[in-house]
Amino acid sequence: MGARLVQRPGPAASLVIRGARVLDPAAGIDEVRDLVIRDGVIGGDPEGLEAIDGTGMIAVPGFVDPHVHLRTPGREDLEDIATGSMSAAAGGFVTIVAMPNTSPVVDNAAVLGTLIDRAEREAAVRVGFYAAITVGQKGKELTEQVEMAELGAAGFSDDGHPVSDAGVMRRALQYQRITGLPLVLHEEDMTLSGRGVAHEGAVASRLGLAGIPPVSESIAVARDAVLAEYEGGFIHICHVSASETVDEIRRAKERGVRITGEVTPHHLTLTDAAIASLDPARHKMNPPLREESDRRSLIAALLDGTLDLVATDHAPHDADEKEVPFEEAPFGITGLETAFAVCNTHLVRTGEVPLELLVRRMGSDAAAALALPVPTLAEGAVADVALIDPEAVVVVGEGGFQSKSRNSAWLGEQLHGRVNLTIAGGQIAWRP
Amino acid sequence: MTRRSLLTIADLDRAEIARILRVGNRFAEVMERDIKKVPTLRGRTIINMFFEASTRTSTSFELAGKRLSADVVNVKGSGSSVEKGETLKDTVITLNSYLPDVLVIRHQSVGACQLAARHTGAAVINAGDGKHEHPTQTLLDLYTIEREVGPLDGLHIAFVGDVAHSRVARSGIRGFQMMGARVTLIAPPTLIPRDAEEALGVATSTDIRDVADADVVYVLRMQLERMGPGGFVPSLREYAATYGVNHGRLRPGQRVMHAGPINRGVEISGALADDPKTLIERQAANGMVVRMAVLYDLLAGPSPGAEPAEHPIGAVAV
Repeated sequence: MGARLVQRPGPAASLVIRGARVLDPAAGIDEVRDLVIRDGVIGGDPEGLEAIDGTGMIAVPGFVDPHVHLRTPGREDLEDIATGSMSAAAGGFVTIVAMPNTSPVVDNAAVLGTLIDRAEREAAVRVGFYAAITVGQKGKELTEQVEMAELGAAGFSDDGHPVSDAGVMRRALQYQRITGLPLVLHEEDMTLSGRGVAHEGAVASRLGLAGIPPVSESIAVARDAVLAEYEGGFIHICHVSASETVDEIRRAKERGVRITGEVTPHHLTLTDAAIASLDPARHKMNPPLREESDRRSLIAALLDGTLDLVATDHAPHDADEKEVPFEEAPFGITGLETAFAVCNTHLVRTGEVPLELLVRRMGSDAAAALALPVPTLAEGAVADVALIDPEAVVVVGEGGFQSKSRNSAWLGEQLHGRVNLTIAGGQIAWRP
Repeated sequence: MTRRSLLTIADLDRAEIARILRVGNRFAEVMERDIKKVPTLRGRTIINMFFEASTRTSTSFELAGKRLSADVVNVKGSGSSVEKGETLKDTVITLNSYLPDVLVIRHQSVGACQLAARHTGAAVINAGDGKHEHPTQTLLDLYTIEREVGPLDGLHIAFVGDVAHSRVARSGIRGFQMMGARVTLIAPPTLIPRDAEEALGVATSTDIRDVADADVVYVLRMQLERMGPGGFVPSLREYAATYGVNHGRLRPGQRVMHAGPINRGVEISGALADDPKTLIERQAANGMVVRMAVLYDLLAGPSPGAEPAEHPIGAVAV
């Protein structure tokens, strides 16, 4: 059983990108040349095709984000499949997978089936859906995972409502042997997080904010890594934020546990120093922004492969929800449209992360970790391409967002990296 | 025009604090007169927004505004549109339409005053936002210490008790340090904020006997309403026995402060609370003149953006 990724039907792209740096590290491609896309497939005869000037730009395999919130069903005022997938396209993403913490929760085949149907009509890029691990994400009874796997669930997650009961998690890992699908885990021991709203550290102590200790994350990861090892299961750890968690994942990988981890652009580039302005629309998210030492650990882990991929945890909220005192605001920021530019500006251009590695971690590695189709620029592959000007300056939010929400940590900031074209599943998804 | 605000004690520097304390002294003189009202802020509008219970702060702010001849309006959480579900943002926008010069805000959540300041051109005074800060409390504490104990420079002040939930301590630590004092936190380990030494520049101790080293012992209220289920100490009985401040734990000459309201027999013994040698009653009394000084400083003082004061403060020369 595998993930069913769907996209609205459309005309196949046929064009030639002239003179771009064609960069697909996983396929061993890195040269300045033309890239032909004919009838939605890489390669073929450039004769008669529309030409796009790619001078100074990079043409890379489109990005894959296995962690987004499309707020559908239930909060279509914040995001829907059409706008969320356009937001993805505008960020160079060709595949996204949505979390099931919707209203109602995606915990049965009827809801999942409706979403897949809707995505087949509305999605600008390939969209997949996780289903809940437990009914209502309540952590008690397993959902009917075989039925949902057969329908095309991309995996199972109780994102945001971590499975606190080790016995339930163990049963989910046993049951995974039938579906073969990843368990995608927001790791947090809620008894340690309590009422926390920010990283437990010096900044929260100064601001009087209740803290979320890093160990609330690492303890949950340690437990589930042990369970996965015992059951021979496969777990994917969402949005790793703390150096303690990096250590747990590294140790688990060293002893052969099938575990993968993701990290967000905001945890890679921001710290809790940013929350001093007490603006929840920009800086309140869970897990919280942590300290510089954590950020350094995350970068090192992304470089050495302890963390497998970059995912955004794109979490749209409207201004009304966020224009409340910091303590009262919901967690989450958007991320799809800024992900590459943020990493390019604050990690690649600063020399901390090579561009080639970032392209891998946002593309082929992200797909491989979650058993999704790997985008590639190899001849004959379905065209999944992002054409990006890495030098171009964009002011975040200046021209509006494709997302319905604008709760971005980088609102108004100048970033380097403009996505000029996204071809997803052989179709032109983004061409401003 | 956007006015200067007082959201945290760090919005002021040492010289500005000293200036406000000086003005407080002049207002204290006014309060000794028969007629306790001056025309200084005539024509100004102050709206006090109290979304959380308060006796001292709300009364002293109201009296402070009135004695300066400002028009003062009080809005409470209960009895206002907040009960109908109006958000803080909408309440601020609504009240802002009446063109106030100052919004004084007491709220249960950290960040409430920052949010309000984004939606009004009036000066915002933080009268306590959750566990965050309470800068005018610190100013009146500084004022009280200077008058009753002496200059802050070189003084050693120990906060005892529930530091984790205390906005009084968070503003106080910073304010006392700015004026040259040294601060120690003495509390059960469950009520000392993470990385307190680094975050706040203080010494910490879990041993109540360390109060002996302090010139001023500042007792903090156990804020049961902010602790939530589970509790941070096994029982108030054990807390009182282990950390309660009483005559037996003090040496002669030490001065005791408490921002109130007190929990008698918990963080402070009834006998000590009633001892006239403590500064507790002075703190309450000084609240009004210091808040007069703060209002004066924001509206008529030498702040950028505010028009210069032509007639300093009525009958009072500063």
